[in-house]
Amino acid sequence: MLDDLYKEIILDHYKSPRNRGEAPGYDIKARGLNPLCGDDIELTLTVEDGIIKEARFAGHGCSISQASASMLTEELEGRSVADAVGLADRVREMLKGGDEADADDLGDIEALRGVQKFPVRIKCATLAWNALKLGIQEHENGSAGSMDRTESGAAIFTDE
Amino acid sequence: MAIADKSATTDGKTPGPGLRPDFPILERRINDRRLVYLDNAASSQKPESVLQALDGFYRHHNANVHRGIHTLSQEATDLYEGARAKVAAFVGARQASQIIWTRGTTESINLVAHSWGRKFLQPGDEILTTELEHHSNIVPWQFLAKATGSVLKYVPVPEHDTLLGADDFARMFTPRTRLVALTQMSNVVGTVLPVKEIAEIAHQHGAVVLVDGAQSVPHMPVDVVDLDVDFMAFSAHKMLGPTGVGALYGRMELLRTMDPYQGGGDMIATVSMEKSTWNAVPHKFEAGTPYISGPIGLGSAVDYLAALGMENVQAHEREITEYALESLGKIPRLTLYGPRDPLSRGAVIAFNVEDVHPHDIGQVLDSQGVAVRAGHHCAQPLMRVLGVGSTVRASFYVYNSRDDVDALVDAIATAKGYFSD
Ligand SMILES: Cc1ncc(COP(=O)(O)O)c(C=O)c1O
Repeated sequence: MLDDLYKEIILDHYKSPRNRGEAPGYDIKARGLNPLCGDDIELTLTVEDGIIKEARFAGHGCSISQASASMLTEELEGRSVADAVGLADRVREMLKGGDEADADDLGDIEALRGVQKFPVRIKCATLAWNALKLGIQEHENGSAGSMDRTESGAAIFTDE
Repeated sequence: MAIADKSATTDGKTPGPGLRPDFPILERRINDRRLVYLDNAASSQKPESVLQALDGFYRHHNANVHRGIHTLSQEATDLYEGARAKVAAFVGARQASQIIWTRGTTESINLVAHSWGRKFLQPGDEILTTELEHHSNIVPWQFLAKATGSVLKYVPVPEHDTLLGADDFARMFTPRTRLVALTQMSNVVGTVLPVKEIAEIAHQHGAVVLVDGAQSVPHMPVDVVDLDVDFMAFSAHKMLGPTGVGALYGRMELLRTMDPYQGGGDMIATVSMEKSTWNAVPHKFEAGTPYISGPIGLGSAVDYLAALGMENVQAHEREITEYALESLGKIPRLTLYGPRDPLSRGAVIAFNVEDVHPHDIGQVLDSQGVAVRAGHHCAQPLMRVLGVGSTVRASFYVYNSRDDVDALVDAIATAKGYFSD
């Protein structure tokens, strides 16, 4: 059962994270924190004409949170911002155990499906995607509505 | 009268695996393995005698306390107050009335911050605590400092061994130091502080001493009179008792002068439309119908521990600690935090494995039936001192033994297997 959680691809993203750091001259920035686990992820994206050119992540946390963020950055580049929101919704749906449809084309991200069997780890996997949605919302509306935040501005996600 | 006072069934028993049959939950299998419960610093398991005391109260004696003349109310009051006497004796208090029931360590500390602190602290007064503390011995003082204009200071903790001596406190005192709030044993690295020496210095400076005994009272002999401390806070659930109840021990002169904690029934002597007068200590601090079965359960837990003998409990845990430090110390790429000498620490061991996040270690260990905690352990200032965000923590109690340490070591090897290249 543990092998469903710690799949090869996930461990690979954890050990060799893609796109770590900060996107130079970023247009969108979002930081998500799970105070229970201490998982902390900061996403930065550059956007040109509605298309995400570059996506990077920084922060620290368990293998699931970090692998999920790494996969996110890989998957975003070249997508439109609107498309990214749709993707985040589908991934969140899949992680929370939503029906299987519609997840086939998610690439590496599909490997995260195993967290369904480990309910306490779902929030590790969703953290980056929650932060992404929030960052885009903020970028588009100037604010992301009411969210509990830390003093440094990180949005607090305690569970799904 | 048939008051079921299930006294401990530990006569002639000694700490170790021989106690496991007393703890029904230890029969559980987790992920098809024997449960190896090493999260005792967070909460201990409960013996059959405690479960029976809780159940027996509701089955045979349930009624409200202090207010009835009927038989059940009298029995309930006797059991409830009898537990107070047992717990007082367990920590060496002279009078049962020096034990105030609370929800646990956290509420005990908040009670002192509220009822003593808000009444007696002035702007510029100083509260001294340490970087070792659990958040429950930090945040109430931050609130108090804000409310009264007093200042919160921390005794710095050395990263390499996390040991604090009386000298480390001595140099922090100023003429404005009014309160020293310190743990007797760290819930992360197990460090034991020389509370008696520190209390002596504090009293020479006219300061009041509050001890967070959440980890010490369950694991070592504690005598509040010998230690000469003013307040001692502890929780039942970490010492074989139920959750939701704990105690505050207080020096009687202080308890008498303190303000009440909450207003309501049971805490008053008289109430008129304009004002009220307070009931005697401890009832002044215990408004409302209490968690009656909770203290009764704690009384039963204390019977169990007293029958084992706290010296024996401590000796048993030292032996496991020594063995665990030795076994874990042999694992490559594993970092141990805290004191290396088993005599200056308790059976709480924090560690990290290089390149594997503590939550991932915890997850793999759970798959092997080994329950540990991973995280910051409500001690973020200490995490900062250690230079880490979180750690894995294994903590031991009366029913653990060397085979549990071996299971831990094996499970760590499995975890490393997943994450090695
Ligand atoms: C050292 C220490 N202090 C305080 C607490 C708080 O205890 P409780 O949560 O039972 O109030 C704990 C345990 O959580 C602890 O280990």
